[in-house]
Amino acid sequence: MTTILFIGAILLLVIFGMLLKVQSMVDVVRGSFTKRAGFSNQVNAVLFLIFLVVGLGLFYWITVDSRQYYLPEAASEHGPKIDNQFWTTMIIITIVFVGTHLLLFTFPYLYQFKESRKATFFPDNHKLEFVWTIIPAIVLTILVLGGYKVWSEVTSPAPANHISFEIVGKQFNWMLRYPGKDGILGKHNFRKIDATNTLGIDFTDKNALDDFMPGEIHIPVGIPVKFNIRSRDVLHSVFAIHFRQKMDAVPGMPTSFWFTPTKTTADMRAETGNPNFTYEIACTEVCGAGHFGMKSKIVVDEPEDYAKWLETQQSFLSQNPDYIKDVPENLRSLAEQQLPKQAVTDSTTVVKAAASIQ
Amino acid sequence: MATQDVHAATLDHAHAAGHGHDHHDDHDEHHEQSFIRKYVFSEDHKIIAKQFLITGLLWALLGGALSMLFRLQLGFPNMDWTWLKPVLGNWIVDNKLDPNFYLAMVTMHGTIMVFFVLTAGLSGTFSNFLIPLQVGARDMASGFLNMLSYWFFFISSALMLISLFIETGPASGGWVIYPPLSALPQAMPGSGMGMTLWLTSMAIFIASSLLGSINYISTVINLRTRGMTFTRMPLTIWAFFLTAVIGILSFPVLFSAALLLIFDRSFGTSFYLSEIYINGQPLDNMGGSPILFQHLFWFLGHPEVYIVLLPALGITSEVIATMSRKPIFGYRAMIGSMIVIAFLSFIVWAHHMFVTGMNPFLGTIFMFLTLIIAVPSAVKAFNYITTLWRGNIIFTPAMLFSIGLVSLFISGGLTGIALGNSAIDIQLHDTYFVVAHFHLVMGSASFFGMMAGVYHWFPKMFGRMMNEKLGYIHFWMTFAGVYLVFFPMHYIGISGFPRRYYSFTSYDTFNMYQDLNSFISVAAIITFSSQLIFGFNFFYSIFRGRRATQNPWLSNSLEWTAPINAGHGNWVGAIPNVYRWPYDYSKPGHALDYIPQNVPHWETVESNLDHENDLIAFEREMEAEALADPQSAH
Ligand code: HEM
Ligand SMILES: [Cu+2]
Ligand SMILES: [Cu+2]
Repeated sequence: MTTILFIGAILLLVIFGMLLKVQSMVDVVRGSFTKRAGFSNQVNAVLFLIFLVVGLGLFYWITVDSRQYYLPEAASEHGPKIDNQFWTTMIIITIVFVGTHLLLFTFPYLYQFKESRKATFFPDNHKLEFVWTIIPAIVLTILVLGGYKVWSEVTSPAPANHISFEIVGKQFNWMLRYPGKDGILGKHNFRKIDATNTLGIDFTDKNALDDFMPGEIHIPVGIPVKFNIRSRDVLHSVFAIHFRQKMDAVPGMPTSFWFTPTKTTADMRAETGNPNFTYEIACTEVCGAGHFGMKSKIVVDEPEDYAKWLETQQSFLSQNPDYIKDVPENLRSLAEQQLPKQAVTDSTTVVKAAASIQ
Repeated sequence: MATQDVHAATLDHAHAAGHGHDHHDDHDEHHEQSFIRKYVFSEDHKIIAKQFLITGLLWALLGGALSMLFRLQLGFPNMDWTWLKPVLGNWIVDNKLDPNFYLAMVTMHGTIMVFFVLTAGLSGTFSNFLIPLQVGARDMASGFLNMLSYWFFFISSALMLISLFIETGPASGGWVIYPPLSALPQAMPGSGMGMTLWLTSMAIFIASSLLGSINYISTVINLRTRGMTFTRMPLTIWAFFLTAVIGILSFPVLFSAALLLIFDRSFGTSFYLSEIYINGQPLDNMGGSPILFQHLFWFLGHPEVYIVLLPALGITSEVIATMSRKPIFGYRAMIGSMIVIAFLSFIVWAHHMFVTGMNPFLGTIFMFLTLIIAVPSAVKAFNYITTLWRGNIIFTPAMLFSIGLVSLFISGGLTGIALGNSAIDIQLHDTYFVVAHFHLVMGSASFFGMMAGVYHWFPKMFGRMMNEKLGYIHFWMTFAGVYLVFFPMHYIGISGFPRRYYSFTSYDTFNMYQDLNSFISVAAIITFSSQLIFGFNFFYSIFRGRRATQNPWLSNSLEWTAPINAGHGNWVGAIPNVYRWPYDYSKPGHALDYIPQNVPHWETVESNLDHENDLIAFEREMEAEALADPQSAH
């Protein structure tokens, strides 16, 4: 493809060269200004026509050629609605684009300078002006109303039956936290962040005790899922491409979006014929040198598989029993349920040791 | 330049001798000015305009060259960069471009193009050059402030240029410099010294822009010549005037945003910072909001789009009417739509922030307001096309660039309808679709306006003509090139490719389009190279171009009544009176296809419309008044 267009470009150049009879640079100085419009004027007029035809041809060709890559397959309930909005808008603007360019590039040809002709003195026409004020206004109103409907739906509060988890950006990766069995994410505090507790989970909150931090996102198909989005350092943005969702991660201001996935990863593999298909998240707010590599994976499971996956996840506390020292006395026994049997004794000794030092 | 100097000096003389004095009192005493006062610290709006233009063109060269570098990275991600090591030094690490430097280049490219080329270089040049000449004034309201405006711009340019060469590199967080990235030197190298220089430079730039705008506004309001009513002003002047108004209202807000950012960076405040843990440490800043910065930034940022675009549209209106030998269609509708655009440009800023976590209700409001602004823009496009209809079109390079502008304005504007729809913007925000959109509608369209202006008013600026053939080649290569570069970016964006990405290779979702990206890069390099044709033509013609006649395009507006290479003060003798609007082209009944603004209606009885005959008595009175008191402008 590159070569075709490249050759095309070269060809065009040659045509200009021939038509315009490029003379040597010295000629810049010569010549007089008597003729109002000469041969070049006709050449330019014709070039507008050529540009129109070649341009529309290329436009058609690339539009068809790239069709396979358009908006990657939507995999959320609202996704097709956004796509629908997009394509409706695209069709309308393509019509206007082609229509206006037909006029814009044929008029120069039709009305190129002729010594014998005089231009039409046509300074105003209120009817025309009214028409082309009112028609765009109506079309735009229709488009906006459609957009408004989808936008309200997409940004409405998540339905009560949603599940949720937390996704937190930092330079340069996404960190995840699921709420555990209680279904509620525990509190966090950025001052509690350290090399292990990368999210600053606050273990004085009893909801935090069973939170777990998986390596990749799993969500069940058909159930609304809410992403609670935070950032730890600078702005990032969660772009869930196939789910038609995007939201900035803002330090100091939690944000969120939700959607209902409609296709499992396996469905998508079958549908796209790509056995390695994975849902990816990209970062779309520049965040530093590693911005372009800040991706994450989403696995959409059947609800049973999702439940199984949940079973296998271990809480942060169980994997890092040291943090039990941050758990206040009254929650200690609750926290210890998180720990594997033998670790309990370990952690108790740790805590006791810590206490005796103080 | 030598011949021209002599010429200008003679005219200056003639002026001083033939015309006792004028309202620039310092003028007579100092007409034998030193070289420095005349060409460096000049107060003549024409010289200042040329200073803006040449500085702007140099910036365009640099800004364009930067885009060539990052296009190489995007088009050829596996390229060996060793050969550029002599230029880029430590920014080449292991034969690869440092990703930090990639972002630095993108940021500098954006900053340079938007502010230094298209704000200063376009609006600064043509507002300065044309306002006094087209409204019939001897100079700007304050030549001194005008001079300061350029020199502030110069200092600001110098600082920005220096920032490219410091060890940690220039500002790198995107031209929008969103904190916290831009506030924390720990976050990226460019947020250190480079960011400090960026902020200082921009603060001075804003001062420059404000000094300019104040001058433009007061000149347009106060110094119009006799008969130059607001509804007889060329659309260029309307555009510059409204641009200046937008600038005065919006740039101070950017200044505040920058100031607060300076406080956050240097004095420990927390306007934009809260709950941040970076580099193994929690920061003490609490309670700030990064979103606040975005609101402040885009309160300038969106109007800025029109600050660069309106002057280009003004220039286009003038050129299209002149070269179609037809009145601009719907003069009043054009003014009306510019006023509406100027007003609406202040209340659409948050369409850049649909997915920042802003309240969705606000998103709804801003979606409605944004799509309203498309209506006056559509009106303008239709009016341009109608102006061509049944014209008698002469394709000067300026005319070609103007038609090109209309095309780009339409193509880029239309995709704005998709982006302004918040539902669609969820998917398209910060993808290459946006890059395609704004490069067409703002970048290329305004750049085309600038080129149209240079080709059209070059004879007035330098007393010589640019070579037309080279101009044609420049246009067709640029026009084809711009479409080949930016049109395919839509497709890349529709597939979801995010912008400001150093490379796409680590994603499965973005593994196609490598060939298209290479193609874009090749097209970009060719397009950029063709600008060198312009560079040659421009500088060569300044010295060696064919000598211009006084009114080479047979144009109506007032600047063409001033002598070739006019001196400071513009007209020798009295300033002409204005009797009509600037668009009496091909008026039925008149022998020629143009009637300049300074031709009274009593001389054109054969072509007058009824109500114009009624003006004659009044015009006679005005003429008598002018003869009695040639000094007063009104
Ligand atoms: C030589 C022609 C040009 C080429 C090839 C070009 C190319 C590009 C590309 C590819 C990007 C996106 C880079 C990225 O996101 O990683 C970009 C960014 C940008 N360009 Fe251009 N551009 C050109 C001219 C212009 C002009 C005339 C303007 C004037 C408005 C402009 C303004 C911008 C801005 C504001 C950005 C965004 C910078 C940012 O993301 O912070 N460019 N350019
Ligand atoms: Cu990022
Ligand atoms: Cu905007």
